[in-house]
Amino acid sequence: MSTTSSTPPVGEEVPQVPDDAGSSPEATVPSDAGLQPVKLLLGVLGIAVSVYLMGNLFLAFAWYPQWFFDSKILMGILGLVVGVGGAAVLFWFLNMAIEALPRRLEHGVMPYAFLLPGFSLIGLMLLFPTVQTIHYSFANARSTAYVDPIWANFASLFGSADFWSAMLNNLLWIAIVPAITVALGVVVAVLADKLSAGSEKWSKSFIFMPMAISFVAASAIWLTTVYGYRPPGEPQTASLNAIWVNWFGQDPASWLDIDTARLNSLLLMVILIWLQTGFAMVLLSSAIKGVPEDTLEAARIDGASEWQIFWQVIIPQIWGTIITVFITVLILVMKVFDIVYVLTNGRNNTDVIANMFFREMFTNRDGGRATALIVVLLVAIIPILIYQVRDFRKQEAMR
Amino acid sequence: MSTTTTTAPRAGGRGRLKDGRPRSPVSMVTMLVLAVLWTLPTLGLLVTSFRSRDDALNSGWWSAIVNPFGTSWTFDNYRRVFEMSDMGNAFLNGVVVAVPATIIPIMFAAFAAYAFTFLDFRFKETLFITIVAVMVVPIHVAFQPLLNLFGPNGLGIAGQYLAVWLLHTGFGMPLCIYVLRNYMSSLPFSVVESARIDGCTNFQIFWKLVAPMAMPAMAAFATLQFLWVWNDLLIAKLFLANDNTTVIVKLQQLLGTQGQGAELLTAGAFISMVLPMIVFFVLQNFLVRGMTSGAVKG
Repeated sequence: MSTTSSTPPVGEEVPQVPDDAGSSPEATVPSDAGLQPVKLLLGVLGIAVSVYLMGNLFLAFAWYPQWFFDSKILMGILGLVVGVGGAAVLFWFLNMAIEALPRRLEHGVMPYAFLLPGFSLIGLMLLFPTVQTIHYSFANARSTAYVDPIWANFASLFGSADFWSAMLNNLLWIAIVPAITVALGVVVAVLADKLSAGSEKWSKSFIFMPMAISFVAASAIWLTTVYGYRPPGEPQTASLNAIWVNWFGQDPASWLDIDTARLNSLLLMVILIWLQTGFAMVLLSSAIKGVPEDTLEAARIDGASEWQIFWQVIIPQIWGTIITVFITVLILVMKVFDIVYVLTNGRNNTDVIANMFFREMFTNRDGGRATALIVVLLVAIIPILIYQVRDFRKQEAMR
Repeated sequence: MSTTTTTAPRAGGRGRLKDGRPRSPVSMVTMLVLAVLWTLPTLGLLVTSFRSRDDALNSGWWSAIVNPFGTSWTFDNYRRVFEMSDMGNAFLNGVVVAVPATIIPIMFAAFAAYAFTFLDFRFKETLFITIVAVMVVPIHVAFQPLLNLFGPNGLGIAGQYLAVWLLHTGFGMPLCIYVLRNYMSSLPFSVVESARIDGCTNFQIFWKLVAPMAMPAMAAFATLQFLWVWNDLLIAKLFLANDNTTVIVKLQQLLGTQGQGAELLTAGAFISMVLPMIVFFVLQNFLVRGMTSGAVKG
């Protein structure tokens, strides 16, 4: 991590830093009082009391809502105040306890103390469950005993046609959605860059807006206004069928039930692309604005066409951002759930892994199979994880 | 052509923008078409939500735009969706869930980001790489183990706000640390250094100097996190009892009962979008900043 090179280390070296003449270390840096037992005791006591009080108050919200007059607003406000204030008090006592330690120990321990609360939460909510999920994937439906043979959950998954159908759909989502989203994002960003400042801001806002809409509301929007189906003879109130019936003279189609060439899955993908294009556009647009004008100018002087400039000057310079956007959308798509769950719930060959997981866990109450599906997802995500870590190291090296 | 960009911006001029760039009719038309296409579905929903049931069944949403006076406009759908599916309560739940779940993680993450930026310690790189890696891990890994842990045989908090606050705080933490640390490492280090020489403790430096300076990054994360928490379906559905559940879950239940409640669905969907839309338009600049600082979430 090269940031540390510009960062004077706060480790052992610091007490020696104020070596300049005139001021002794004692005058500039607070004196090292060695171990201060009273302060340490107060600090540790403070940590214990604040954790205890915070924990109990939060549990009281859950266990005894009547203490708070069953008032949601009161609990919300208290939760916010106690969460933020309690965290501040906790860090204050942590800081106090560590300052009571001798100087060398203080500098060694302080960073970990600052990390501890955040990392405990990550550990409890993400790291422990990851291990536990892998563990459960070898256990029975209620996670009480290992299955026999130990890989039985995976064997039953890999032996089921439903699983492979869901896998195929996930692969289609992965192959189609990120690529189209990025392509659309680049097109929109490039075109918007050629507009006047005012129209650029407005047109981008409209395309960016779906970013604020939930997957569920987006599904409601598209079902109501685009994909809806009414039986033949009744007026078609959704646009796709209205065009299909009135312009092409066909019978109305129930679009989300048609699995020929996985049409229904493709239609679901359109919704996600609609939601995510704005995100891609925003990132790519700021990358395009960062392309130095003189590289474009040089290309123009050399007689390159706008088309050549786009492909050979702009694209190479924004390639890093293209990859970033692609990966972000890819991660989102791998665990796509809401749209499928809400609109088809996997019917007619639209199932995906995350929806299958939800069904196994919630409807079939089979913890073993559900967690095995997540392990499959985890394994699939490992290459991306490795890429992200490598990319991060590269960026840090360049800082 | 090639000289225009190097010369000083020319004002006015036919076929030129104010800053001297050539006007591009192709981009103007294409962007107009795209902006309209991207807005129409939402507009269609908004229009439909104000039309009476019979009206909405007899003609498409576009006819209400084309012929606004031949349509029977009504607030009935909104009134009924509040009555029938308890939307007011669900809206309140959404706020009570989202606000603490947005702000509490910032408090914890800011201290960690401070340590990652301004302090030096062993395993610093390893620990930060853990953060980068954990950002990619799908949150689905947490559901089965935490349903057990929070469930009646564990802590007994499943179904309550507390469970969801904890989950969102934990899931938002890696991203928040990452965003804040990226921002803090762009702050002038000399300020922190001189404060340290003046004898400030790390706690004081954090509280008085770094935290106020990192406000824009905190606002950026908060905007993103608020949209995520408000729009989340999975966690709310799994971890909140029906009386505590959010608008998004109510909307999902409405979608499940199409047929009779189609007109309620449109009103419900719009109610679920109002608050994030306001946040989006007011805090758009922060949102963009948050996204450009590498917002990958697993």
